[in-house]
Amino acid sequence: MKAKHQRLVLAVAALVGVAGAGVLAASALRDEAAYFRTPVEIADGKAAVGEAMRLGGMVAAGSIERQRDGLTIRFVATDGKASVPVEYTGIVPDLFGEESGMVADGRMRADGTFVADRILAKHDERYMPPQMGEMPKNMKAPTA
Amino acid sequence: MIAELGLALLWIAAALACLSLVAGVLYVRGGQAELAALVRPASVAQGVLTATAFGLLIALFVRSDMSVELVARNSNSLKPMIFKVAGTWGNHEGSMLLWLTILCLSGALIALFEKRLREDTLIATLAAQAALSLGFFAFLLFSSNPFNRLPVAPPDGQGLNPLLQDIGLAFHPPTLYVGYVGLSVAFSFAVGALVTREIGPAFARAMRPWVLFSWIFLTIGITAGSYWAYYELGWGGWWFWDPVENVSLVPWLAGAALLHSVAVTATRNALRAWTVMLAVIGFSMSMVGTFIVRSGLLTSVHSFAVDPERGTFLLVLMAIYIGGALTLFALRAGSVAEGKKFALLSREGSLVINNLLLTTILALVLLGTLYPIVAEAMGEKISVGPPYYNRVAGPLALVLCLVMVAGPLLSWRRDDGKRLWSRLPVAALAGAAVLVLLVVFGGKIGILPLLGMVVAAIVAVASLAPLWGRNLRRTPLPTWGMVTAHFGVAVALAGMGAESAFIKERLVAAAPGDIIKVGSYAVTFVGVKPVAGPNYTSIEGTLVARTAGGGEFTMRPEARTFPGLMGTAPTETNEAALLTRPGGQLYAVLGQPVTSDDGRADRYQIRLWWKPLVWWIWLGGGLIALGATLSLVGRAQLPGIWRARRYRKSQERFAP
Repeated sequence: MKAKHQRLVLAVAALVGVAGAGVLAASALRDEAAYFRTPVEIADGKAAVGEAMRLGGMVAAGSIERQRDGLTIRFVATDGKASVPVEYTGIVPDLFGEESGMVADGRMRADGTFVADRILAKHDERYMPPQMGEMPKNMKAPTA
Repeated sequence: MIAELGLALLWIAAALACLSLVAGVLYVRGGQAELAALVRPASVAQGVLTATAFGLLIALFVRSDMSVELVARNSNSLKPMIFKVAGTWGNHEGSMLLWLTILCLSGALIALFEKRLREDTLIATLAAQAALSLGFFAFLLFSSNPFNRLPVAPPDGQGLNPLLQDIGLAFHPPTLYVGYVGLSVAFSFAVGALVTREIGPAFARAMRPWVLFSWIFLTIGITAGSYWAYYELGWGGWWFWDPVENVSLVPWLAGAALLHSVAVTATRNALRAWTVMLAVIGFSMSMVGTFIVRSGLLTSVHSFAVDPERGTFLLVLMAIYIGGALTLFALRAGSVAEGKKFALLSREGSLVINNLLLTTILALVLLGTLYPIVAEAMGEKISVGPPYYNRVAGPLALVLCLVMVAGPLLSWRRDDGKRLWSRLPVAALAGAAVLVLLVVFGGKIGILPLLGMVVAAIVAVASLAPLWGRNLRRTPLPTWGMVTAHFGVAVALAGMGAESAFIKERLVAAAPGDIIKVGSYAVTFVGVKPVAGPNYTSIEGTLVARTAGGGEFTMRPEARTFPGLMGTAPTETNEAALLTRPGGQLYAVLGQPVTSDDGRADRYQIRLWWKPLVWWIWLGGGLIALGATLSLVGRAQLPGIWRARRYRKSQERFAP
């Protein structure tokens, strides 16, 4: 094989690789990417029941209540315009609390409750999910 | 006084960077030798001054000088000393100064020790390094001054996030930064070599130790970060595909590709343009990572608050450096002479496939990380999580591991399939045996973990094959390095597969005396008691895990409360308890107290995991780092007679 051919073969292999990766990525993104929703978007009916998504919001003051099994909590996530009840079974993360920002992975149930598989709370002392920057001023920012 | 001195040193260092750049450019464009004589000392002095400035910042934190804004915002006089020191880089300004310190020290080290390159290439390299540091000096001095004084000093500081008061995390960022910024040297070498058109084995050999060096630190940093997230966050996972994790993985992938391609260039004088390209990509990815973390662009549990000014500044710097290097590459790529030829079935061929797969995985991870930003710009808020990454990166990584089985067994230039196959029967048998065992006894296992464990078995056996039939004492260190690192990949892969396939989890509200069964363990919840720490109070649970064989182990998970400092709210953290056993780890988290209907709070939330072979993941990471270290040491320029022998040998045999 001549050197020029070798370059050509390498270039074609690279192109095929890039194209294949592109197709793979596009299909995976279409299937696996989850929408990031705020309570007001859910109130507007943007979230289909059962669709995997991520919900971001503030835990409303006085809303956390524990269920009798001792493991499940219910609270209200709010963005100042609308609120969504959230249910989660498990140990809440460090730094989770009322009037703090949180992000939950999960899906909507038919009764309008968001069932979370995982909850993230702010991690750094100055962390706030960017999407929460749009919240009205009278809401308290997550306290450090 | 200390703060002012630190700031002055930074300005002087910036001026020296300017001097190195101008003198270097003039010299390379045909200037006099006197100009070149300026560049080396200026680079060394710049490194020393910046490091001193960083030392002064540490001193300010140690002395808890609350008149400095950065100290007041991020430290507290009550904090344990080690976390006062670590607080220096636990914030934006301090970590950027650390970043810059490493950049300048790298430049100083090149100036002091690099003797293999032609003089003009070396000067061009130092000038490129100076150009990089100049931009980041500007960033630090104009938008992130760490030495800023407050008009009125507060009585005490605002402390540090208790989650970050952890010894693992204290040393995690510096390790990762050495890796990130070490790649800047490869970048500058590439730019220098493009400028003087000296791209060949000498250039590759000069660059290789730097690539290995930074890749070792990236490997250690990522492994340690994974372990930190595992035990500190209390979620029991070891990799979350969080954007901040991804941006450390991307330079690591680029580094892995680069150290394999640089081996081809050094040994066979092929893949030259590609090696240069990868060197540019590697540090570009480090800058992208810094930009993403420092600008707070992404929704990430690690992200910092959005700061548009700094974000824009970093974006402009990045555009200049990456754009400049790529433009230079485009101008000069045509004149890079063609490399040596090789057949597809050869060591070079397998390394080309390795590089294609690594860069494809890199691109897919980067795409997943950046896609939410692009989508948000177009009005959709999207998060890309583990399902995407597992689906795109998992299969490619498995194929990559299979290529790794064959690659080291092939000879340079050309080989034939029969000879390759004749060296693989034991590995193939091992894979088949594991497959049969898992299918018969493993129960229901996902396809990816199943294939992972099978491939791990094949790789583990095949990675040892290059040592087969050799005198082990005479085997050169770089070969040992390759074998160790590849074996480490197999160990980590086996750990990932076993953990995903056989994990057991229990979540209960337990009263004292309750027995919880998880895996082959019966865990008794004995009770809780209050404990006082140096700057927190804590509820400590006592769990006793019993094995079927009569073994008895005590675990003490804690729920800690840190008091709020300077008017901030108190913070609670969970400290998981880990029990490491030969077969895996038992992981316990103590949650909230549970109030019964009669108002008594006698039960506690407890989450238990049995994670088979989970510690193999980090053991594998450690082996990979060890392998790279052996390879680096084996290539170090040893003094005297030792060098002559070692060096000649390592030229004949390849190992990255």
